[in-house]
Amino acid sequence: MQEAKNLKGYKKEVDDALQNEFLRTAMDNFAVAYRTGRANAFAGMDVEALVADIAAAKDAAIARMDELFEEFKTNAEKIGLKVHRAETASQANAIIARIAKENGVNKIIKSKSMTAEETLLNHHLEADGYEVTETDLGEWIIQLRGEGPSHMVMPAIHLSRFQVADLFTDVTGEKQDSEIERLVKVARRELRKAYVEADMGVSGANFALADTATIGLTTNEGNARLVTTLPRVHVALVGLEKLVPTLHDALLVNRALPRNATGQGITSYVTWITGPNVCGSAPDNKKEMHIVFLDNGRRDLARDPVFAQVLRCVRCGACANVCPVYRMVGGHRYGHIYIGAIGLIITYFFHGRDKAENLVQNCINCGACKAVCAAGIDLPRLIKEVHARIQDESGHPLTSLLMAKVLRSRKLFHTLLRSAYLAQKPVTDESHYLRHLPFVFAQEHNFRRLPAIAEKPFRDRWPLLKTAVSDPEMRVALFSGCVQDFVYPEQLEAAVKLLSDRNIALEFPTDQSCCGLPLEMMGEKKTTREVARQNINAMSSADCDYIITLCASCASHLKNGYAKLFEHDETMTDRVRRFTSKVHPFSAFLHDILKVKADEFKPVPVKTTYHAPCHLCRGLKISEAPHALIELAGLDFRPAQEEETCCGFGGSYSSKFPNISSQILSKKLDDFKKTEAEILVTECPGCIMQLRGGVKKRGDNLKVRHIAEVLAESKRQTE
Amino acid sequence: MQTPDSLSALFKQKAELVSAVVKEVKTPHEALQYAIDVCERKENCLSLMPALNEPPDANPAKIIAAPALDATLTDAMRALCEKNNIRFLTSGLREHLAGIDIGLTFADYGIAETGTLVLDSSSEEVRLTTMISEIHIAILPQSKIRPDAYHLEDELGKNMRSYPNYTAFITGASRTADIERVLALGVHGPLELHILIIPEPEKERT
Repeated sequence: MQEAKNLKGYKKEVDDALQNEFLRTAMDNFAVAYRTGRANAFAGMDVEALVADIAAAKDAAIARMDELFEEFKTNAEKIGLKVHRAETASQANAIIARIAKENGVNKIIKSKSMTAEETLLNHHLEADGYEVTETDLGEWIIQLRGEGPSHMVMPAIHLSRFQVADLFTDVTGEKQDSEIERLVKVARRELRKAYVEADMGVSGANFALADTATIGLTTNEGNARLVTTLPRVHVALVGLEKLVPTLHDALLVNRALPRNATGQGITSYVTWITGPNVCGSAPDNKKEMHIVFLDNGRRDLARDPVFAQVLRCVRCGACANVCPVYRMVGGHRYGHIYIGAIGLIITYFFHGRDKAENLVQNCINCGACKAVCAAGIDLPRLIKEVHARIQDESGHPLTSLLMAKVLRSRKLFHTLLRSAYLAQKPVTDESHYLRHLPFVFAQEHNFRRLPAIAEKPFRDRWPLLKTAVSDPEMRVALFSGCVQDFVYPEQLEAAVKLLSDRNIALEFPTDQSCCGLPLEMMGEKKTTREVARQNINAMSSADCDYIITLCASCASHLKNGYAKLFEHDETMTDRVRRFTSKVHPFSAFLHDILKVKADEFKPVPVKTTYHAPCHLCRGLKISEAPHALIELAGLDFRPAQEEETCCGFGGSYSSKFPNISSQILSKKLDDFKKTEAEILVTECPGCIMQLRGGVKKRGDNLKVRHIAEVLAESKRQTE
Repeated sequence: MQTPDSLSALFKQKAELVSAVVKEVKTPHEALQYAIDVCERKENCLSLMPALNEPPDANPAKIIAAPALDATLTDAMRALCEKNNIRFLTSGLREHLAGIDIGLTFADYGIAETGTLVLDSSSEEVRLTTMISEIHIAILPQSKIRPDAYHLEDELGKNMRSYPNYTAFITGASRTADIERVLALGVHGPLELHILIIPEPEKERT
């Protein structure tokens, strides 16, 4: 739940969560186990095609939401199933309370429903005097503790067996030991009576099939079966986005849902209920059955050209499972009621701006969520969109406005960077790290050493490096990004060295500026677009065949981000398409286009490990090229565990949430240490800044290098 | 090409992955005897509602429920239960919500891809049998195994159009990983699931 009044308050809560050792260990184990479990569950399946099919099926259903509702309702009424539609959460609760009242209900049992969590149904029913018992083990545990869920599928994942044992000791009045098998049996025993005594069962539904008015429920414990069978009244609370035309759509979604959620091929039970069934506890032997469809903003969302896709969500929780930030802080701090990346987005729509405005800033933009989403939702982009929307509604913070102002003018931006070089002079040491943090940096950045601004940026060195090629095989324009231009010019020099003697005409268009990703991360959408336009103009002036960049984040933003920025601007369509099709990250260019060979390098078998930048491995789906290059160069490659997990940099993220960033970094450095490598290679200056700074601070014996640098050093000199 | 035998083998493999016990039996009568044997071997069902039960019996009879067998099999099962001093139920499962030992049912279909049983459970007695038994034993004709759920769309659609209907997919025993993600079997449903596959008669194979 989000109770923090402002960003400062939220950061305090997050920092407290970081101190929770149990949570951290549990989450680390889970993150690693989940990845393996998911991969096994999908083994031999074409996951990409499946996700695309689900996205298409859900999109089609979302577009017909009202129609499907009417179809469901008509079919339901023919078979005695009563259908309601609630506009708001409180309306839904009131309808359910009314059904309870009309049927003389005293006790209610529930199976797990995120939709009921969304409406805070239990609070409402309890306030009306009903005794409500959750029957899903995790939900029961958190209900007894008076908490909300910390995960959509495993709501009590934040608790240890010992905490559960203590809780069950209190509840049963008998000492319970902490063996999990026995704790589960306590729930089995304690809850059976509740099922038998209940007059009404409340469930959710994973699917609502319009053509037969059937609901489908996927569960593991078997509680939903008892909840929908034993009491004489059954009410299902269902989000309108669960409506699909036919069983086929539901079976399609169900191929991915359990595999993505828990690595199961299917859940223990999938229950299909069509109409009021025989019920021995009902007066006429027939169940009183109601479906309450919840709108709560869904119908508006369905019509929103940007955000409609969030309604594809099947609530598998995978976006939380792989999120490096969720892993550090847990669900109570990474959501309001809905958790994880999808939670960051839909909190704004379902629970309002005040619950979402801090939360939505806590995305590191690593793209791990998007890569596993069962419905192919572009989660990181939509998080940024929500952030931008909130800033447009409630005002942009000063730093964000200032940054937008500076970056709008390349000259102003670069002048400021040059003067920063002079300002930092008294605080740098010989190793080109900032010796002390200048006043502009808060103490909190101090978890890593920050590099100094270079004396001479790459753009000033370029005129001396440039060589004329008379009849070039290809024309290549170099996009530097700000960090390499002003902090790590030597990385670009290494690239120039690697590309020399190849009959390539290399250009460095000097009107290029920041790619604009940091602006987008800060919610400055308008300036992001302006800067993009400037860069497209600057790079197009070079009239090149390829645009290469050594920064993975720039590459991904130039290629994918720019396409999205101008997707609704027809005047730009062709120019943007021409531009984006030319963009290649450095390693892919060397490996896939230049096809460099092993005999171009002198083998140096130094133990070398690799960090996969988020924007390279997920943003651009390039994983193999850097591996291949490391091996071609004759280095002794030692892959690290969780190579593709974010390093914790995330651009401005690391200054906004330094404590989370530092914890993520520390875990990464531990993984590299285990490889015994002497060199850590990566392909993004942001990652290098973070990783090198962390290594320097810890004093680890590890050299962090850009892949261009290690390749340039191994390159054989041509005669 | 998937043959009945390869589908059956895949079904077995997938069901065993989720801790189901899968056996082959030659005839339905062999399945009845299997249920008796499992019942004999198991400890008495633990009452989940001691307070609601009669005073504890020093030597209570175990209970097998099989509400949907045909008349011949029902008679045979009744006789077997009597012989072994086991209580046999074909109805009135609501009187036994504290738990029963064995629930014996047929399955309508099997789904090989996931080791799943499909059971039309519109009869409340059948539904409860599969929910409140400690061990659910399901008999599955090999001929009813399909490669995946898509191959059952017509059959399932027929169920859903003959309302009211309650169709269950059952895969393994009831399970949870809600405490520390540690897998535990037997939460609110059966502790064990046994599947008895009856091969197709020789004449149908040719």
